[in-house]
Amino acid sequence: MEMPTPNPDVLRRKDAVLRRLLQVLPEDAVIHDPAETRAYECDALTAYRCPPMLAVLPSTTGEVSDVLRICNEEGVPVVPRGSGTSLAGGALPTADSVILGIARMNDVLETDYDNRIIRVQTGRTNLSVTGAVEAEDFFYAPDPSSQLACAIAGNIGMNSGGAHCLKYGVTTNNLLGVKMVMMDGSVVEIGGAHLDAGGLDLLGVICGSEGQLGVVTEATLRILRKPEGARPVLMGFDDNEVAGQCVSDIIKSGILPVAIEFMDTLCIKACENFAQAGYPDCHALLIVEVEGSEAEIDYQLSKIIEIAKRHNPVELRESQSAEESAKIWLGRKSAFGAMGQMNDYMCLDGTIPVSALPQVLRRIGELSEEYGLPVGNVFHAGDGNMHPLILFDANKPGDLEKCETFGAEILKLCVDVGGCLTGEHGVGIEKRDLMSHQYAPADLEAQMAVKDVFDPNWLLNPAKVFPLDVSEARRIAAE
Amino acid sequence: MAEIVAGLQGPVRIAGGGSRGIGGPEMTIETGGLSGISLYEPGALTIVAQAGTPVAEIEAALEAEGQQLAFEPMDHRGLLGTNGAPTIGGVVAANISGPRRIQAGACRDFLLGVRYVDGKGHVVKNGGRVMKNVTGYDLVKLMGGSWGTLGVLTEVSLKVLPKPEAVATLALRADDVSEAVAVMSAALKSPFEVSGAAYDPQEMRVLLRVEGFTDSVAYRVEQLKSTLAGFGEIAEIDGSVERWQAIRDVSAFHGVDGDVWRISVKPSDATGIAQRIGADRTLYDWGGGLIWALVPKGTDLRARLGAFEGHATLVRADAETVEALGRFQPENAGIQALTQGIRQRFDPRGLFNPGLMG
Repeated sequence: MEMPTPNPDVLRRKDAVLRRLLQVLPEDAVIHDPAETRAYECDALTAYRCPPMLAVLPSTTGEVSDVLRICNEEGVPVVPRGSGTSLAGGALPTADSVILGIARMNDVLETDYDNRIIRVQTGRTNLSVTGAVEAEDFFYAPDPSSQLACAIAGNIGMNSGGAHCLKYGVTTNNLLGVKMVMMDGSVVEIGGAHLDAGGLDLLGVICGSEGQLGVVTEATLRILRKPEGARPVLMGFDDNEVAGQCVSDIIKSGILPVAIEFMDTLCIKACENFAQAGYPDCHALLIVEVEGSEAEIDYQLSKIIEIAKRHNPVELRESQSAEESAKIWLGRKSAFGAMGQMNDYMCLDGTIPVSALPQVLRRIGELSEEYGLPVGNVFHAGDGNMHPLILFDANKPGDLEKCETFGAEILKLCVDVGGCLTGEHGVGIEKRDLMSHQYAPADLEAQMAVKDVFDPNWLLNPAKVFPLDVSEARRIAAE
Repeated sequence: MAEIVAGLQGPVRIAGGGSRGIGGPEMTIETGGLSGISLYEPGALTIVAQAGTPVAEIEAALEAEGQQLAFEPMDHRGLLGTNGAPTIGGVVAANISGPRRIQAGACRDFLLGVRYVDGKGHVVKNGGRVMKNVTGYDLVKLMGGSWGTLGVLTEVSLKVLPKPEAVATLALRADDVSEAVAVMSAALKSPFEVSGAAYDPQEMRVLLRVEGFTDSVAYRVEQLKSTLAGFGEIAEIDGSVERWQAIRDVSAFHGVDGDVWRISVKPSDATGIAQRIGADRTLYDWGGGLIWALVPKGTDLRARLGAFEGHATLVRADAETVEALGRFQPENAGIQALTQGIRQRFDPRGLFNPGLMG
C-alpha cells in the first residue's frame, strides 16, 4: 500500500513539537519513546504498520483542542484513534504523524430516560454505553461485532453498523449531537438532545468522515427501550439462490426482522467445527430473528416459517429456549474466529442489492477457483451487506498480494451490480484506491471540497479515503 | 439540467412542485420535468426516483406492494395555502418528516443516495441504492435538508418499509404541557413501540399511536393502557388515519390568520419554551419535541425564545417578515463559517436559493 513520503521537515522538528505538547499535557499523556509509540503502529488491519512520530492521550476537550492547535501551527498530521479496532486501516499512522488517542475520555456525562438520550465522552466503548443504561432496560442500538472494544469515537468516524441495523439503523441514525474540535483547535457543538440539528446537516457529513473533519470528543446518542423478547429461527437450503429468494419474500411479506444473517457452505462447516452450534450440512443457512412479546414473536415466526416452507428448506428449526437461541447465534458470532482457525483471512464488506445475491455469490465462487483461494461468505442478508472472508497464508510469499487483488475484484463486482465498496467498515487505506471505481472525479471532488472547509491544510487522518493521486494537488498545496 | 445550471446568469429559486413556498428569486428552476420511478425493489425495500416525481405517484406505487415512506412526509399545501404537486425531491431537499419521526427516523435517515447538479454545472452522485454504505463522505445527508442551496437534486433513492397492517390511537386528557409531556415520555419509554405522540392543548388531549400486525397492536394497546393507568382515563378512539394526517399537516392552523413557527426542542424543555413564546395557539408532536406555534403576524418569536437548545423555523409568514427575521435559526459563528464554506464551494456563484440558509 502506497503511503505519502513523511514530511522530513516535520520529522526534524519532532523535539520541538514534543516540547510544545508537554506544555499542555501531563507527562504521562505524551508518548515519544519509539519502543512505546510502536503500540500504535496499526489497528485491526494488521497487514499495514507504521509507528507514529508521537502519540498523545488527552483527558479533556480542552487538551484535545490544545493538541490540535499546536499540530496545526506546526503543520503536523494528526491521526485520531478510538480503540484501534478498524478493519480498514482507518487509524493507521504515518511516520510524521501524532496519534491522538481518545481512550481516556470515557465518562458518561448525562443519562436522560425521559428524553431517551445519553451523552458520553467518545472514548467510551460501544458496549459500555448500553452497559450504562441497561439497568433501566434501555440499550444503544448499533452493535458492531467489535462492540466490546470499539469506541464511540471510532463508531462515529466510520458510521458503524452491526447485525441489527435492518430495524434500528446505523450510527448516523442514532447520533443526535456532537462536540467536535476542529484542526485549528476551535470547538463546535452541533445538534443535541432535540431532533434534527438545525441548518445544514453537518452532523450527517461528520458521521462517517473517518476522522478527517475534526475530533469528536462528546456525543449525544439516542437510547431505546429494550424489546420484551427476541427469538431466532434457523433455516437451511440446498441452493444460495433459493435462500436469497426466501429473504426477499420475508421482507416483502411485511415483517421486519431485526436481523437476517446468511452463511454459505464453507462458513457453516467452519462454524460447526468451531462452535458445535448444531448447524445442518447444507449450501445456505439463514438465521432470522424477530422481536416483541411472546405472542408477537410466535406470530411473526409462524409467518416466516410458512414462507420458508415454500422454498423447500432442508432444515427449519425455531428456537425453543434461550439456551437454543444462544447456541444458534454462537455459531454465527464465532464465524470470524472459526475461519481464522483455518487460515489467515481478509474480511471484505461490500454491499449489494439483495436481488444480486445469487449472481454475486456465483461469481465469487468462480474467482475463488481462478485465484486458488477459498472464500467463505457471511452476510447481513436483510440489508445486502456482504462479508466475504478470503483465506490465505500470510507466511507464503505473494499470497497476501494475490488475496488483495482478489478482494479488489470482489469489491468492484459489488459496485458493478449496483452496490458499494464498504457497508460498515469504512474506506480507510484498504479501499482508498478503489474509490475511483465507485465515484467519478466530480463525485470525489465534491467530497474533498467538504474536507477543504473543515481541514484546509489536510492534516487530519492523512492518506485515507481518497486515492493519493486524486488528493495529491491538495496535499502539496497545503504543505 | 447540468447545461441549464452551467448557463445560468443569475440567482434562481429551486422548486419541486412549489408547495413548500420557499420564496426567493423570480427566476425558477422547476424539477417537474425530471419525473418517474426508475427502480423499485420491494424485496430490497428500496425505491429510486427522479427528483421531480410527485410524492403521490411514489406513495401509490408503494401502496400497491403494501409498503410506505415510513418518515411520513407532511403535505404543506393546507398550511401554506399553496398549490402544486409535492415532489420527492422537495421532500428530500427540505428533510420533511411527520409524526413517525420519533420512532422510525427522519427523511434523511431513509435517504440512501442522491444525484444532483452543483453550482458549477457538474453532475455529482453520492451514496447509492443499498441500505448500508459508508463509502466516502456522506453527502447524501448533507444534501437532504439543504433546501436546494447546495445543488439541484435530479435523482434520489430511498429506503421504504412495510405498511403496518393495523393502526390504533389512544387518547388521554392532559391539562397542561408538562402533564402531556410526562404521559408521552412514559409511553415512548415503554417497550410497546409507540409511533406517534402528540398533544393539542385546546382539546387538552394527548394522542398516542400504535401500529403493526393486528394482534400485536391489540396487545400493545392493552399494555399501554395498564402502563399509563396512573395518568387517568385512557380510551381507544377511531379515525386513526385521518387524525394522524391532521397532526402531520398541522390542520388546526389551516386558514387561521397568523405566522406559523416550528420549534425543535428536547421534549422536557417544551413546558418552559411554551411559557416563553406565549403563542396564540400551539400544537405538540414528537412527544413534545416538536412545537408548532401560531403567533400574530410579524412576531419575532426568536426574540421571545432567547437562547435555547434547539431551533425555530419560520414556516408561514409574509415575505417581509421572512426577510426581516430569516426563515432558519441563525447559527453560531463556528457553524456559520462551515455552512458558508460549504455553500461557497458547492455553489461558488451563489446561484441557488440565495438568502435562504446561513
